[in-house]
Amino acid sequence: MSTRVVVDPVTRIEGHLRVEAMLNGSNVIENAMSSGTMWRGLEVILKGRDPREAWAFCERICGVCTTVHALASVRSVENALGITVPKNADLIRNIMFLTQMVQDHVVHFYHLHALDWVDIVSALKADPVATSALAQKVSPHWGLASEGYYRDTAATIKKFVDSGQLGIFQNAYWGHPAYKLPPEANLMAVAHYLEALKWQKEVVKIHTVFGGKNPHPNYIVGGMASAINLEGDGVINIERLNLVGSLINQAADIIENLYIPDLLAIASFYPEWTKYGGGLGNYLVYGDIPQNGISDVSKFRFPRGAILNKNLNEVLPVDPADLGQIQEEIAHSWYKYPGGQTGLHPWEGVTEANYTGPQAPYKQLDENAAYSWLKAPRWKGNAMEVGPLSRMLVGYASGKTEFKEVVGAALGKLKVGPEALFSTLGRTAARGLEAQLCVHWLKQEFDNLIANLKAGDTNTANTVNWKPETWKAESKGLGFTEAPRGALCHWIHIKDQKIENYQIVVPSTWNASPRDSKGQHGAYESALIGTPMADPKRPVEILRTIHSFDPCLACASHVIGPDGERLAEVIVR
Amino acid sequence: MPVRSPSTYDILRDHGVDRRTFLDYCVKLTACMGLTAAATPTVVKALETKPRIPVLWLHGLECTCCSESFIRSAHPIAQDIILNMVSLDYDETLQAAAGEQCEEIRRKVMKDYKGQYLLAVEGNAPTKDGGMYCTVGGNSFLNILKETAVDAKAIVAWGSCASHGCVQNAKPNPTGAEPVKKIITDKPIVNVPGCPPIADVMTGVLANILTFDRLPELDRVGRPTMFYGQRIHDKCYRRPFFDAGQFVETWDDEGARKGWCLYKMGCRGPSTYNSCATMKWNDGVSFPIGSGHGCIGCSEANFWDNGPLYERLSGIPVPGIDSTPDAVGKTLAVITGVGITAHAAYQTIRTKHGPDPKNS
Repeated sequence: MSTRVVVDPVTRIEGHLRVEAMLNGSNVIENAMSSGTMWRGLEVILKGRDPREAWAFCERICGVCTTVHALASVRSVENALGITVPKNADLIRNIMFLTQMVQDHVVHFYHLHALDWVDIVSALKADPVATSALAQKVSPHWGLASEGYYRDTAATIKKFVDSGQLGIFQNAYWGHPAYKLPPEANLMAVAHYLEALKWQKEVVKIHTVFGGKNPHPNYIVGGMASAINLEGDGVINIERLNLVGSLINQAADIIENLYIPDLLAIASFYPEWTKYGGGLGNYLVYGDIPQNGISDVSKFRFPRGAILNKNLNEVLPVDPADLGQIQEEIAHSWYKYPGGQTGLHPWEGVTEANYTGPQAPYKQLDENAAYSWLKAPRWKGNAMEVGPLSRMLVGYASGKTEFKEVVGAALGKLKVGPEALFSTLGRTAARGLEAQLCVHWLKQEFDNLIANLKAGDTNTANTVNWKPETWKAESKGLGFTEAPRGALCHWIHIKDQKIENYQIVVPSTWNASPRDSKGQHGAYESALIGTPMADPKRPVEILRTIHSFDPCLACASHVIGPDGERLAEVIVR
Repeated sequence: MPVRSPSTYDILRDHGVDRRTFLDYCVKLTACMGLTAAATPTVVKALETKPRIPVLWLHGLECTCCSESFIRSAHPIAQDIILNMVSLDYDETLQAAAGEQCEEIRRKVMKDYKGQYLLAVEGNAPTKDGGMYCTVGGNSFLNILKETAVDAKAIVAWGSCASHGCVQNAKPNPTGAEPVKKIITDKPIVNVPGCPPIADVMTGVLANILTFDRLPELDRVGRPTMFYGQRIHDKCYRRPFFDAGQFVETWDDEGARKGWCLYKMGCRGPSTYNSCATMKWNDGVSFPIGSGHGCIGCSEANFWDNGPLYERLSGIPVPGIDSTPDAVGKTLAVITGVGITAHAAYQTIRTKHGPDPKNS
């Protein structure tokens, strides 16, 4: 007998995602579907606009991974127009990128993912004295660990639960047999949920200094708008830089003494989750954090490459500009291609929306038909996973010392081998290790900025090609980055000073993709298969694996192509 | 059903917040809401006695920047206040339950707190093709929005998506995305535009509603006048450079390094009503102009289609170029005057015919 479990909405993610899982008689998932249930049409909205303002539209693809689409967008325009940005602009962009990575990973761990592992109600049974002892053992350098601190935290939770108004914590899966932490570990995690919530609003001030606000700081084509004048007032000066420096130190404390210790402590209670959720075993990384300009791929801190079939002995070369490498398929997506083509490179992208699903309200979707607003991007025909795990694996397999060190240390502490990384827990752990690398790099990038300023270079923008009159009649470019959720690329075609075509393939389109023309599952779907569920009505196990990818559906499902008959019907108001 | 509903002060006391800190918070909150010090006792009383109001926070076509902004709320204890002053019963971004368990909560609150819950909307609804461009739990967001609005006490439309339409509503609006006010026409709606709105504006609006049990004073487009009553240009620290005719001419030029006016780089400060220049962003750290980029006018209706971002606004005479500062002053007075007149007319209509949140 087969049971179908539907989870819609999948909560604690960005955007709208639906998962349907088919269970066998032993309640093990034997098949799964991932459906993106929203679509906004950003790419068609961009058509005909000034390429210099595309970043602002693109940034609004996502407010959670804010900045990454702006960065990819300005890079795509700079690539098309042949603009090289000043060193300071690269450094400031790197600092903003790393800030985003660190903030986003912490928020994901504590506020989106932790409740899959941490039972808030169990925390009520914790002994504050024992919790304090546990916390000091787990993280000797974290200041807030006294008995009084945990007594207060326990009292806060008790009052909250006793009020009968559980807010965001109500009707969840507390007491589910899949929760394994002892009460003291649960209490510690809840306390740190609140600490992380307080901190996340601090670190983003780095974006505010250079970009004026967060979410959605400002970028410009050609560099950064935040002019530097070490003798100036009301611009970037030493006071602003000091603020950034102190926020970086605070971030390092949070990552080293809160996030990583909590991650390893919680992971140690769930060893079985190194066996589930591995999925595709194919990993793709474009690379980022340039040390010698964006065109020198060999000098990226995150190396570029692909891994197939979990083979860590070989890192394959990747080129997003190669028309033969990346194709978007639509066999199970609500779109049509002219002439029955199965896949197209983004530079040749054609999309025509074609909703063929059931009308609302509906109970289930059909895996044999189209069932998602996401397309299915494929690399050389392979379904790929992108994100922190892919980056850590490509770094590790490329033999980069820094990656080997952090991965090796974590595997040692958990007493497992590298094969444990191919799992739900491996994915969650990789994100933490990446945050550890990133906060270290953040400090280095900041030091490099200071050193460059000290050497007398304060330039932040290259404006030689700012004016559209200076542009070629026609040009094409691409802008890539590594968003917190994985490989991101924008492809632009500029003609007569306007956007002729704009195509975006985002991380969650890779990970949350539906099946392709060959029936290959996307990364989420593949990862769910083989997982046993203790109680199909309360889908904690599904949430664990899906959340381990950190889904971002507003990103994934913005897509619509620039051509297509349907668009001709659209009336401009 | 709820067992009992502690007041905000109860909750804060239980969080270890002493009375002195609580009163200090009330003073700041009063100021934050644009009220005079004389109103502080009202705020204190309200926070001491009001139970937590249930909030259903829906997500439509959006990017979640409003939620992200909301959790950046910078006031020392505002985060605690909002997490505890309201009962955030439904919010897909933060809530622990998923799928059926999550939809169950929404239906239960709609039933148990009929006419009492606040509906917060982030994003907007696609209206083309049966609303199938955004579905939740197998139903269209359009249906869910209508259904959840029926028994709401009032609606808070977070951000430019819910208030005006924002990016997916920009030309040619492929999904027929429409703001809340176009879909729900029989409920009081507070529009809190911005992409996103400033965190403290969001918490300030909520605190105002909860404290006084009524909606704040709204302008002609439904925005709280306390946060959207002033143009950024009028409060901008770079305004003296505008008046003196000193402008940034291109990125990173001498003017940029001296913090001169960004008007000629396309700054929308002269046509944008928001608190960015006064409250600033992220605990007062900066705001777009403070970091060298012009305002893009993200809290104004249709700002995506209001001309190229990097072309200067037309119709505003510039000192030293087009006219004299006196003429500018006159022009601005006329523009502002139009706003005030329209606003006054709207308020009159609203007072006479508008829904009264207290009775709805």
